[in-house]
Amino acid sequence: MTTSCLTIALPSKGRLMEQAEGLFERAGYKIERAGAARGYRGIVTGIKDMEVAFLSSSEIAQALKDGTIDLGVTGEDLLREKIGDVDSILDITMRLGFGPADVVVAVPECWLDVATMSDLDEVSVAYYATHARRLRVATKYVGLTRRFFASMGVTGYRIVESLGATEGAPAAGTAEVIVDITTTGSTLKANQLKILDDGVILKSEAVLACSKALAGQPRIVDLRDRLESVL
Amino acid sequence: MPGKTSHERRALDGLSALLTGRFEEAGFDFISPDILQPADVFLDRSGEDIRSRTFVFTDPEGREQCLRPDLTVPACRFHLSHVADPQAEAQYCYAGPAFRYQPGKHPQEFHQTGMEWFGAGDAEAAEAQILATTLAAVKAAGLKDYTVRIGDLGLFHALLSSLDMPERWRRRLQHHFWRPRAFRALLQILTGAAKRPRTSISGLVDELENGDTALALELVTTELDARQLELVGGRTMDEIAVRLAEKAADRIETPLGAEDSATIDEYLAIRGAPDAAAVQVGKLAGAVGGTMTGAAASLNRRLELFGSNGLNTTGFEFAAVFGRSLEYYTGFVFQIEVTGSKGGALTIAGGGRYDNMLSDIGAGDKVPAVGCAIYTERLLDALGGGA
Repeated sequence: MTTSCLTIALPSKGRLMEQAEGLFERAGYKIERAGAARGYRGIVTGIKDMEVAFLSSSEIAQALKDGTIDLGVTGEDLLREKIGDVDSILDITMRLGFGPADVVVAVPECWLDVATMSDLDEVSVAYYATHARRLRVATKYVGLTRRFFASMGVTGYRIVESLGATEGAPAAGTAEVIVDITTTGSTLKANQLKILDDGVILKSEAVLACSKALAGQPRIVDLRDRLESVL
Repeated sequence: MPGKTSHERRALDGLSALLTGRFEEAGFDFISPDILQPADVFLDRSGEDIRSRTFVFTDPEGREQCLRPDLTVPACRFHLSHVADPQAEAQYCYAGPAFRYQPGKHPQEFHQTGMEWFGAGDAEAAEAQILATTLAAVKAAGLKDYTVRIGDLGLFHALLSSLDMPERWRRRLQHHFWRPRAFRALLQILTGAAKRPRTSISGLVDELENGDTALALELVTTELDARQLELVGGRTMDEIAVRLAEKAADRIETPLGAEDSATIDEYLAIRGAPDAAAVQVGKLAGAVGGTMTGAAASLNRRLELFGSNGLNTTGFEFAAVFGRSLEYYTGFVFQIEVTGSKGGALTIAGGGRYDNMLSDIGAGDKVPAVGCAIYTERLLDALGGGA
């Protein structure tokens, strides 16, 4: 029986790239870049018929969504942001234990009267009544924010898309609330922001994900077992 | 489907012209609000749930614009820009495309035909006439089998006002009317049946033994000072202190009576033929009194006016909870439904009273507003003339 060639996408830069490649190498795979030294394609030696595409983490999430790659390593936060119902189209084959990041709702620490999403809901109503405009939430996680706020019954706000330094938005006056990732909470603290008691949207880390159709295939199971043995 | 054939286009235009023709005969002035609208009005008015379904983009000067997600707000903007006094009575009708992102197979561009009536002096008369004109128009188009669902958000508001509780509790219950689960949870807390959960700020509230705002303001000042917290986030110390004081006051407030809570449940359970429902509402109003008496009278008067407008309410259903998914309405609401191709109920028209809209988008004072919109393509399908 012949098997078709699978494409796995790995992060092309940063800590996630180093950690992903390190993990594969510990498991006995070798990742070789094809062509020019900084090429965007490569191969994994040790697995039959597997090609590597080097992409940015967010491109990997998009490509998994579009089905242009078969499996990939990326942050769960990016997957859940790009894909509304991840579990219906992808199989999160394994959690990789690196790249931890919580996606959280944070408000100014000076809001001494706000601890929960329910408080935020009430404040959003009062804010609209007093200031004649909606409470603004700065984030790059537009999808996650909308779904989480809707699930908590908070609708009286508007999202301001943030392309960087989200944590500075309340101080800069461009938003009142933020949704952002945090690992230790120190950046939030330094910006005098606090996480709401029930404001953790997602506890994210790097994951290996593949298309639902591939889940359980021997090649994928074998890869997962070998990676798991060195985690 | 990418585009319409000449046959489909003519069928839609024909139906649309028939409906607006009826509306014009009834005295509504045919206007053509802009398709392209400034996004701010919609987004600030509606909040993120509508924004997530609105096609928003940036114009070359960097301003946010959108494709209108409905025609009601554009008609309101038309009114504000064409009359000197927003309170001036005006009756408009319109027909045209609106755009909403809908995951799944629903079309993202759809056609609405509708009416808006601003500044009407006699609320119930205007409501009855809007419903009667809408029904006459869809019947003239050939619609035979339909049901009419009606409700009245003003009744619930009046009920809360008539029960003894702090104003802030009324506000909260009113706000949660649209969220049945949160409403239930809140009611449990207000009656004392459930305990208020401790949160990360409960310790601070502990320091405020009563609901004194001046004391709360002092606490906020001291606390921000001690922790060297800057006041960011657009809210004043007063706003923060008032909510803290309210939290403290909630703890010592007399809980909402079990009887009042039962009355709320009893009201929310009312459902059925309008006349029978009105009798139940009337009984309840007799028991609680207050503004509920007037609201119940308004319901009765509206039903009488249905009759004098030639409406037969057989097949109408009143439900106290109807309106729960239509957050901007403030009073009478209605929906005309047919059985869809898959057997479920399909709304082909809906409308109601929305008295806060014009003031929210710049009219100054509140302007009475009642309107309706027909989903023209759905009506066409129901008539068997669609694709």
